[in-house]
Amino acid sequence: MSVPLGTLPRWVNYGLLPLLNVAVAFAISGLVVLFIGENPIEAVQYLVVGALGDGEGIAFTLYYATNFIFTGLAVAVAFHGGLFNIGGEGQIYLGGLGVAFAALTLDRFMPWYVTAVVATVAAFAFGALWALIPAWLQAKRGSHIVITTIMFNFIAAALMVYLLVNVIKPPGNMSPQTRLFEEGGQLPKLGGLMQWFGLDIGAAPFNVSFLIALVAVVAVWLLIWRTRFGYEIRTMGTNATAAVYAGIPYVKTVVVTMLISGGLAGMMALNPVMGDAGKLQIDFPAGAGFVGIAVALMGRSHPVGIVIASILFGVLYQGGAALAFDMPNISREVIILIQGLVILFAGALEHMFRPALIALFAAKPKSRPASAAGAT
Amino acid sequence: MESLFADLIQVLAATVRLSVPLIFTALAGLYAERSGIFDIGLEGKMLFSAFSAATVATVTGSAWLGLFAGILTGVLLSLLHGFASITQRGNQIISGVAINFIASGLTILLGNAWFGQGGRTPQLPNSARFTEITLPFAAEIAPIPFLGPLYSGLISGQNVLVYLAFLAVPFTWWVLYRTRFGLRVRAVGENPGAVDTAGISVTWLRYRALICCGILAGFAGTYLSVAQSASFIREMSAGKGYIALAALVFAKWKPLNVLLTCLLFGFLDATSIRLQGTILPGIGEVPVQLIQALPYILTVILLAGFIGKAIPPKAGGVPYVKER
Repeated sequence: MSVPLGTLPRWVNYGLLPLLNVAVAFAISGLVVLFIGENPIEAVQYLVVGALGDGEGIAFTLYYATNFIFTGLAVAVAFHGGLFNIGGEGQIYLGGLGVAFAALTLDRFMPWYVTAVVATVAAFAFGALWALIPAWLQAKRGSHIVITTIMFNFIAAALMVYLLVNVIKPPGNMSPQTRLFEEGGQLPKLGGLMQWFGLDIGAAPFNVSFLIALVAVVAVWLLIWRTRFGYEIRTMGTNATAAVYAGIPYVKTVVVTMLISGGLAGMMALNPVMGDAGKLQIDFPAGAGFVGIAVALMGRSHPVGIVIASILFGVLYQGGAALAFDMPNISREVIILIQGLVILFAGALEHMFRPALIALFAAKPKSRPASAAGAT
Repeated sequence: MESLFADLIQVLAATVRLSVPLIFTALAGLYAERSGIFDIGLEGKMLFSAFSAATVATVTGSAWLGLFAGILTGVLLSLLHGFASITQRGNQIISGVAINFIASGLTILLGNAWFGQGGRTPQLPNSARFTEITLPFAAEIAPIPFLGPLYSGLISGQNVLVYLAFLAVPFTWWVLYRTRFGLRVRAVGENPGAVDTAGISVTWLRYRALICCGILAGFAGTYLSVAQSASFIREMSAGKGYIALAALVFAKWKPLNVLLTCLLFGFLDATSIRLQGTILPGIGEVPVQLIQALPYILTVILLAGFIGKAIPPKAGGVPYVKER
């Protein structure tokens, strides 16, 4: 290797470097806003006030964050195994089908918590199944998983439109969607939780799936760093050849990693379908599968980082709507630009500032702590 | 019989119109991927080029200046992709995804700020567009059965970019298989180490391949907004970049196969609209969504290796690290 791999202190590697990358992404977004002829600082004020200014804003922010925690975890689990799951969008869509089946079957007989358990399992299973074929093709036949998962996004979209228009839609209904779930098929809002902090949830659809997402965060952390299988995933992600040589079954590890990843993406459907709309609609994933890529990159595939990144993106999504309202010259799509820049600088260009930081921090041997040897 | 033939001509003309952006974009991807750089960002390049082309054509009133702006945009985005994936050795997939997002967000943001039509650009007058060209004798030959409609309805009466798309295919074949540059591009996609050993710069070669990619993506985008439509519409590429990517895989990264695959995918697109609600004997009603999903399904089947095998360039996706 021609690049000197100097060891950076942990706080630089896991704190300063990602922060710097994200800061550059935001700085460039600010320049774009300036270029349009608006004041970026004013824009940030509107954004933050819209997202965190009152109880309703915070609840909306956390509602969006719930989506991104699920999809971020999905992408991160695959990243740990050296796989790129770009098919979150399709897996969410199919997960929604699982949620709808559970809710439509049980909502008239069961309380919501029974339906929620069944729906969670169904969402995971449907999402996982949608990832199964790309995973199997990658493991057995070497078909590039990026291409196959992209193809499966489009196939999922076509399949769901067909099912919603021709099969699931109740007769006599004009728009392609299911009937409204009864009370037993809807997740309760977390207004009570907000009240503890003296905040009013307002009309925000912040609901129980946020708690399910937090459980998933802990579960993924346990899986990746505290189980034998998690160790196998990470080994395969670091060096697949060495993993096979060490006796780790390649096919099984790839397939199961992707099933978990797809399942987590599928679980996201709980939030918009059961927690908000109370029905299955066309295009409900709305790009959240792709936001997961940005979230996983920004959170460095660590569950804690993913929660932080998800909340930041929640702020962007909620605040972006407020911003577009207050400054009509800046449309809501500015958040898509920010998302792209975060993916660029925290992902593709993540090592750009590394040489400079190494020169800055690793040059002085005294300042390097002995424990930094494990950092890469 | 006569009306059936007229129908056929109509479907074929629609096929040609729908496959042109796919041909340009798939050829763009071909240069990049043959040199060993995966390009998921084709969609974004096409979209951003479409926006630049429409904007410049609106401001200057010249379709050709629009085309130039589209090409420039495609090349600049390609260079960004190159900087991330060649110079910085970043992940090529992630870089491509980033470009798609940046294009999607920035086009609407700028379009809304400049024109205030929710991301649209103003309607272009015909003088600022690439309009249909009637080839010589089209009117004279038209009355002749079969040959006449074929010539006047299909071959004549397309815009200049359509003809360029069909010329770009043999040209790409010639560049790739009959020039020194093409040989080197193919080599660097398979074994960059060998190319480096021969004293040729892997970096510069891949950058040049990406510039070719950007130029063709610029043609694709310009076709969308300045030839096929008369303005830029938000998200107007609508997944065509991904279909082109599928076509490239389906064509096994070969130029002539790209043409046939893009025509096939264009034909499926053209027929899916016409087949809506039609009942085929013995099968029943064909769901439109099935035909729309067919390009993706076929590509997955091909990738799985059940009908032939699609083998990508060997060094694709791997940043090249020069040994010291």
